[in-house]
Amino acid sequence: MPDSPLLELRGVNKSFGPVHVLHDIDLKVYPGQVTALVGDNGAGKSTLVKCIAGIYPVDSGEFFFDGKPVSFSGPRDAAGLGIEIVYQDLALADNLDIVQNLFLGREIRKFGMLDEATMERKARETLASLAVRTVKSVRQSVSSLSGGQRQTVAIAKAVLWNSRVVFLDEPTAALGVAQTRQVLDLVRRLADNGLGVVLISHNMNDVKEVSDHVAALFLGRLAADVETKDVTTGQIVELITSGRSGSMGLSAAATNASM
Amino acid sequence: MSSPDLGQPTPGAPAAQVAPAASPGVALAASDFANDVGARNAREAFGNYIQRLRGGDMGALPAVGGLIVLVIVFASISGGFLSKGNFANLLTQAAPIMLLGMGLVFILLLGEIDLSAGTASGVSAAIMGLALTQGGDLNQALGTPVYVIVLLGMLAAALVAGFYRIWIAVGVIVLGALVMLTSWDQYAIPGIFVAISVGVAIGTLVGTMVAKIGIPSFVVTLALFLGWQGVLLQFLGNGSAIDVRRNDFIFNLENSNFSPAVGWAIWAVSIAAYLGLTFGRSFRRRRAGLTAEPLLVVALRGFTLAAITGVAVYVLNENRGRTVFTKIEGIPKIIPVVLVLLVFFTFILTRTAFGRHLYAVGGNAEAARRAGIDVVRIRVAAFIISGAMTAIAGIALASRLGSIPSDFGGRNTLLFAVAAAVIGGTSLFGGKGKMRDAVIGGLVIAIIPNGLGLIKDIPSSYELMITAGVLLLAASVDALSRKRTSAR
Repeated sequence: MPDSPLLELRGVNKSFGPVHVLHDIDLKVYPGQVTALVGDNGAGKSTLVKCIAGIYPVDSGEFFFDGKPVSFSGPRDAAGLGIEIVYQDLALADNLDIVQNLFLGREIRKFGMLDEATMERKARETLASLAVRTVKSVRQSVSSLSGGQRQTVAIAKAVLWNSRVVFLDEPTAALGVAQTRQVLDLVRRLADNGLGVVLISHNMNDVKEVSDHVAALFLGRLAADVETKDVTTGQIVELITSGRSGSMGLSAAATNASM
Repeated sequence: MSSPDLGQPTPGAPAAQVAPAASPGVALAASDFANDVGARNAREAFGNYIQRLRGGDMGALPAVGGLIVLVIVFASISGGFLSKGNFANLLTQAAPIMLLGMGLVFILLLGEIDLSAGTASGVSAAIMGLALTQGGDLNQALGTPVYVIVLLGMLAAALVAGFYRIWIAVGVIVLGALVMLTSWDQYAIPGIFVAISVGVAIGTLVGTMVAKIGIPSFVVTLALFLGWQGVLLQFLGNGSAIDVRRNDFIFNLENSNFSPAVGWAIWAVSIAAYLGLTFGRSFRRRRAGLTAEPLLVVALRGFTLAAITGVAVYVLNENRGRTVFTKIEGIPKIIPVVLVLLVFFTFILTRTAFGRHLYAVGGNAEAARRAGIDVVRIRVAAFIISGAMTAIAGIALASRLGSIPSDFGGRNTLLFAVAAAVIGGTSLFGGKGKMRDAVIGGLVIAIIPNGLGLIKDIPSSYELMITAGVLLLAASVDALSRKRTSAR
């Protein structure tokens, strides 16, 4: 482990009425590393992200950012700390152009008016720093972009604000081969720039290729948090589907209790 | 301003300014945006424009084209159509539709609809009309119970607007209510202010029902379309129309003109301001190394605008009196009012964060919400602006009719205004539209009854059918261009 974790969760629990969705989740996100958050449908990935986003309040558990305890009671809290979340259904307005989308809700103003020149320049700088090559003009309407380009814009929007941790919810789910390549390269580049990246994915190839850690959720419990190079694709799949793989993962008692 | 020819060398493109070469990687990447400086000459700008048209972004082209076709058709059938008098008539007929349509653009941008704007304009205008004719004593004019209910309604609206921190609306409503308590509203300016404050209050309440309570705007405003008609009847009491002809200021809005000298002065100042702003922007952006339109294009557009409006001012400044004894000349007073509001709201929509957020909410409300925009507040604010414009349109219509009859703002008034916005290019699906759409579309909508009225032996039934055809055509253009943009 090179550094201390940027974001750390300890013993997070969350229930919706009688349904216990998250059991004592511990998760660490390191700067400069990609942590893959995997798990089957209903394992609690989205709930966990929404708890960090401040959309759901947690029942118990602690959050540490930079080693200091923090709490997330609203979407602004996470953004204030530099945690950005790129959701699966990209939060982009089709009728606006790239610059307008990147700065949506955080427009730069001068004398009460929009400062288009500064925003356009910054948008270009951000896209350039992410080495985005496929966008012809930052004044293109988002509706005219391909799926990969849209994903890129959504990610650029998240990193535009000097964010330190980025959650990516299935960024390659709807993309073709070349576009997936583009986005995975971008994910790697984010980590290389020193950000803590959490990649939520169902695609084991993506996980093996781009991540440094794998955190597997099984029915609301953290089955394992291991380094990617120590596990095979088969083992990750086992962790996802049955909560354990050989010596790794949950005890038989825990998995049975969850069933 | 996309520049399609990716990969061509771009001499003089200020790519170096874009990214101060922090690392080789960044500098390399920056070169990908090297041709992101827009068109470099008029030919390229024209090419980009054609490209945009093909992509389904038609802008004002269909409406302007339709306008030209209608003018040619009517001019060839009826000699009177191109007369000086009729030109001024057409503008005054179109003005109320334009004003109402401008307010509706805000609603349509959200993807909502306001069916009650027409009859609501009757309510606002009636309060003003009663105040003007009854010496400012609304208590007596409305009857105490109704008067108290109106004031309580305005208080409620002010509280709601305060809840959403829309302080301008709170100020307008409270000040309007205070003026209502005095007898100052017997004079035109305070009376107009009271009408606008009533419009703002109505907009606040409608906006809250739609945005906060979540009733579909179609249902809310359908109910209020009927409801405001009833309120207007209640205000009118025994059913006689309110005569506003005796108030010179109100009556003159639609029925009197600026002197030719004032007309030319307004024209010169507007054109100078327009040229200054557009050239200034082009130079500033060029200096900042951003996409800027070629100066030739800016100059051509400015010249065309100056020429068209110059001819219009010249024609309006000619004497159009029908006899040698009457002299009628100059720009109708309502026209500069429309233009000032057009510029003001265009500024709001394109240069302020509020305008940007409005487009975002209309395009993708969820994205706007996640970006930290208070979606409900934006929606309520849009209805408030529309409410204010509703009142202003009501005043203009009252001025044109000279009175406020019991069916004021009913029938087709609202639908014509919606049609104006849609014909101009505003999308009913939300997120797409401009202020100028209502003005251009308003001309198209007004020109049909105007032109048909001058043709002899044509049944009046044609008027509605032809208007319907034009509206359907405009809606198809919208739907097809939408298909085209999303298909890419």
